[in-house]
Order: sequence, then structure tokens, then C-alpha cells
Amino acid sequence: MASPPAIRIRDLRKTYKVAERAPGVRAALKSLVRRTVQEVPAVDGISFDLAPGEIVGFLGPNGAGKTTTLKMLSGLLYPTSGEVTVLGRIPSMREKEFLRQITLVMGQRNQLVWDIPAADSFELNRVIYRIPSKDYHQTLDELVALLDLEPLLRKPVRNLSLGERMKCEVAAALLHKPRMVFLDEPTIGLDVTMQRRIRAFIAEYNRRYGATVLLTSHYMADVEALCRRVVVIHHGRLLFDGELSALLERFTAHKTIIVRLEDCQTDLRAYGEVLSCEDGVATLRVPKTRTARVTERLLADLQVIDLTVEDPPIEEVIDLVFSQEGL
Amino acid sequence: MRGLVELYVQQFKTSLASMLQYRAALVIWLIGHVLDPLIYLVVWSAVSRSRGGSVGAYGTAEFAAYFIVLMLVNHATYTWIMYEYEYRVRHGTLSFALLRPVHPIHSDIADNISSKVVTLPLILAAAAVLALVFRPVFHPVPWAVAAFAPALLLAFVLRFLMEWMLALAAFWTTRVSAINQAYFIAMLFLSGQMAPLALLPRPLQLIADALPFRWTTSFPVELLLGRVDFPLALAGIGVQIAWLLLFLVLLRLVWRAGVRVYSAVGA
Repeated sequence: MASPPAIRIRDLRKTYKVAERAPGVRAALKSLVRRTVQEVPAVDGISFDLAPGEIVGFLGPNGAGKTTTLKMLSGLLYPTSGEVTVLGRIPSMREKEFLRQITLVMGQRNQLVWDIPAADSFELNRVIYRIPSKDYHQTLDELVALLDLEPLLRKPVRNLSLGERMKCEVAAALLHKPRMVFLDEPTIGLDVTMQRRIRAFIAEYNRRYGATVLLTSHYMADVEALCRRVVVIHHGRLLFDGELSALLERFTAHKTIIVRLEDCQTDLRAYGEVLSCEDGVATLRVPKTRTARVTERLLADLQVIDLTVEDPPIEEVIDLVFSQEGL
Repeated sequence: MRGLVELYVQQFKTSLASMLQYRAALVIWLIGHVLDPLIYLVVWSAVSRSRGGSVGAYGTAEFAAYFIVLMLVNHATYTWIMYEYEYRVRHGTLSFALLRPVHPIHSDIADNISSKVVTLPLILAAAAVLALVFRPVFHPVPWAVAAFAPALLLAFVLRFLMEWMLALAAFWTTRVSAINQAYFIAMLFLSGQMAPLALLPRPLQLIADALPFRWTTSFPVELLLGRVDFPLALAGIGVQIAWLLLFLVLLRLVWRAGVRVYSAVGA
């Protein structure tokens, strides 16, 4: 781990100035004379590093400051204070050499030209990023194969489905083989198959080119599949930075025990909170520290056919994390 | 430099492909661009006839020549960037441009030129029809006709830089239409779009000389029609170059300041 970090963030802050006024005509007139400006901290002193080649999930509820952070990392926003370096450069200087090595994919925005086939937009990116012809064709071939783009390349972008368009967006954003990839909700609105496709592709891109990836997503499946490490922010502050498994460990107080019984009539309430009991299968929620003991008792007391202990779904955990204020 | 040339060529192709998707829009665009000079031409022809055939140095046939050439020059130099920038800023599409390692003005220039190429045959056809109907008379002066080409090129670049810079007002305000309105009124009177500048009252002429508008449109027209003497032609090209350099410097400053504001507020 001697190499310098791909991203280095120290005490990063971004405060927006927002004009505020109460509803109504009187307040509107008043605001003409005197404007009340409220300072809203979007990012409030966060620090973390990313090592080259890492894929990190960047989590937080809406308005937590994720997109603001990504914009500061890609040079679209000037930080109010604090330090950021990405690939050893200060993003807000927007040096050409820096811009050539990064990419930002926003799931809700598109950069492809709407009225022409994606292939033409790709060509445009080739000259914008000055990609040597040979490299370009090689990368393009790889992207076309990995994302199965062949049937899409010749159609005007406006005729593509959301998922097809997203695949083309991702390809366009990666043609110049950026070493630093920022993904803001890359799978939003896509069906499960397409989500899986994009996910697998991101993993493959990271593996093949050793690119560093910082990803935000509301789909926990994305995060589970791609990121060992997650950084969680809430109200612009860092809540957690570490392995996904440690996050689950730390924030889950319960486990779920699923038992299949010979006789489902048994009252299980003595063992834990009964979440469901159907067709001989009961789901129990028990405090984590008591899991072993409860399992033991279940096996001893009842005619158990099958028993499994599970962590609660990751969504539930994240929900729990966000609902815990001021940790 | 080679990279930039490649970029222009590719952007040119892209814009061309985009534009050809909307043939109906092209026709509507053409009507707008022909109607304006046509209305002024009809009005001035009527005025000149009522005054016994001429107003100042312009007879009916000279008015026809003036407004037909004006239409062509205006077509070569006009831009639509001032309408577009607000959208880019407000909808955040500018962000993508800022993420790219190329100044966004380049794709706008290429886009503008490609649109001009597509519409050139249409505007030439319109000019031919107007010529058949209104019977213009030209008094060309060979050296002035030769000077027309560089003057037109300078006018194009000057107007592009000026309007691109004004478009950046969108960084500071979401109500750019007031600025656009003021600009187009100034353009209407002071660039010769409503009437040949020579017919304006003397004080207005002086203002037109001192401001950049005349040099973006009227000046090349005057050259082609042989209404400028040699010293004035030279001075005019000098003035064009001076304005162009000034706007180049201003544009840099305003662009930097604008991006700073954009990056402070976010999109």
C-alpha cells in the first residue's frame, strides 16, 4: 500500500447559500427589499481516502451530500473549505490532464446526443479525449462485447429504451479509459436484469483496467455485489467508513432465524419475536447476542426439520443506520 | 492543433446529422429568416416610391440590393447561443461540457458552421426569389468586393465572440431574456437590420460607429454594395480586429468568473 491514494479528502465542506422566504405575497414583497440568505451545509467536514483500484460504495439517503461530494471530486464544484486531491490533482482546477483521466456517470442525466446514433457520439468523444485510433477501436470493441451494444449502435439514441441508453452512456463515459470513475446512481430506473448487467460490467472494468470506482446507489444489491468497503454519510457528515460486513455487524442488533417444523401449531413466542408463521415455516427475530442460545433451545425443544440463521436484509440495516441520528 | 481540427470536423458531422433529422424545423427557420428582411424591404420600397423613387442615396433597386445582401450576411454571422445558454445552465447540461478536456466554445463554433452549411442552399434560393421579384441593382467596386470576404469572416468571429460572451450572463441570472431583448433592439437599429445606417440621423450613426454592432453585419454589406471608400474600408477592418481582440480578452475573463459562480452554486 505504498502508492499514494487515488482520492484524498480532508475535512471537506460545501455550504450552499439559499435564498429563503415564507410563502405569500407579503413575504414575496419583503424579500424584494431584504433577502434572507440561509447557509445550508451540504457536506459538513468529511474525510476519507480511496486506494488506487478500489471500488467503494458511497451511501446515504437523499440529500445526504453524495452528489455534492461527487461533483467536488470531479471538479464541477468548488469546495467551501477542506482539501481534495484526485489522482494527485486538485479537481476544481479542471486541468485538461485531470479531466482526461476521470469520468462521471449520472444515472439521471445523459451526455449522448439525442438525435443521432450512439456510435456518432462515441466518435465525438474519441476526438474530444484525443484517443489514438487504435486504442479507440480496441476499447470500443471490448465495450461493445461486454455490454452487448452491437444492435444499439446504429439507432438514434432517442429510440433506445432506458436500459439500452444507460449501457451506451456508460460506454461513452469509459471510452477514454479513465483511471477514476464516479458513478452516481448508474442503475436507477433499470430492471433487475439490466442492473445486474451494468453491475457485472463495472466489476469487469475495474478488474481489467485497475480503475478506482466510487459509486452511489439506492440499490443495495449494487453495493453488495461490487463494494467490499462502504462510506456512509448522512446530513453531510461521515457516519461509517469500513467493510460492508462490519457495517452490518455494527448496526444489526438482530438476526433472523427461519425454522421448518413438523408441527406448526407450537407457540413460538417464548423464543423471540415471531415475524411470520406459515406452512410450517416460522421466521423469528432474536437479539444477536442470544442467537446461539435460542437456536440451541429450538433444536432441543422442538421437532425441527430445518433451521437457518440469517442477517437481516441489507436494506433494513441501511434504513436503521440512517434513522439513527447523531451517532 | 490537429486535435482541434479533428474535433471541428467530427462536431461538424454530428451537428449535421442532428440537424437533418428535423427537416420541417429547417423550413420554419427559413421563413423566419426571410420574413424579417422582406418586411423592411417592402416598407422601404414603399417609402422610396412615395418620395419619387429614392431615400438618400438609396433608390428602390438599391434597397432591394441592400436587404438581399443583408439577409445573406446576417445568415452567415448570426448565432442562437444567447437563447441556448440559459437552458444549459439551468438544466445542468453544461456540467458535461465542463467535464470534458476541451473548451466548450469549440463545439459551439463547429455547430454554428455546420448549421450554416445546411441552410446555405435554402437562403441562396430565397435570395434568388427575392432578386427576381424586387430587381436589385448592384454597383460593385472590385477591390471592395475582394475585401468583403475577410470582412465577413471577421464579422462572423466578432459576432460569435460577442454573443457567446453575452450568453454567459446565464451564469449570474436566470432571467436572461431581458438582456437578450435589449441586445436585439440595439442590433436592430445599430447593425443596419432595419435600415441602412447611412439613412439614420447623424447622432445615431456616430453611436453605431462607436459600438460593435455595425461591424458584425452592416460593414460587409456596405463593402459589397460599393458604399465604402478605401480609407474607411481599411479603418473598418482595423476596427473589426480591435473589437475582436477586446472580446477575446473579455470572453476569457467572463468565462472564468462565470464558471466560478456556476461551481459555487452547483447545478
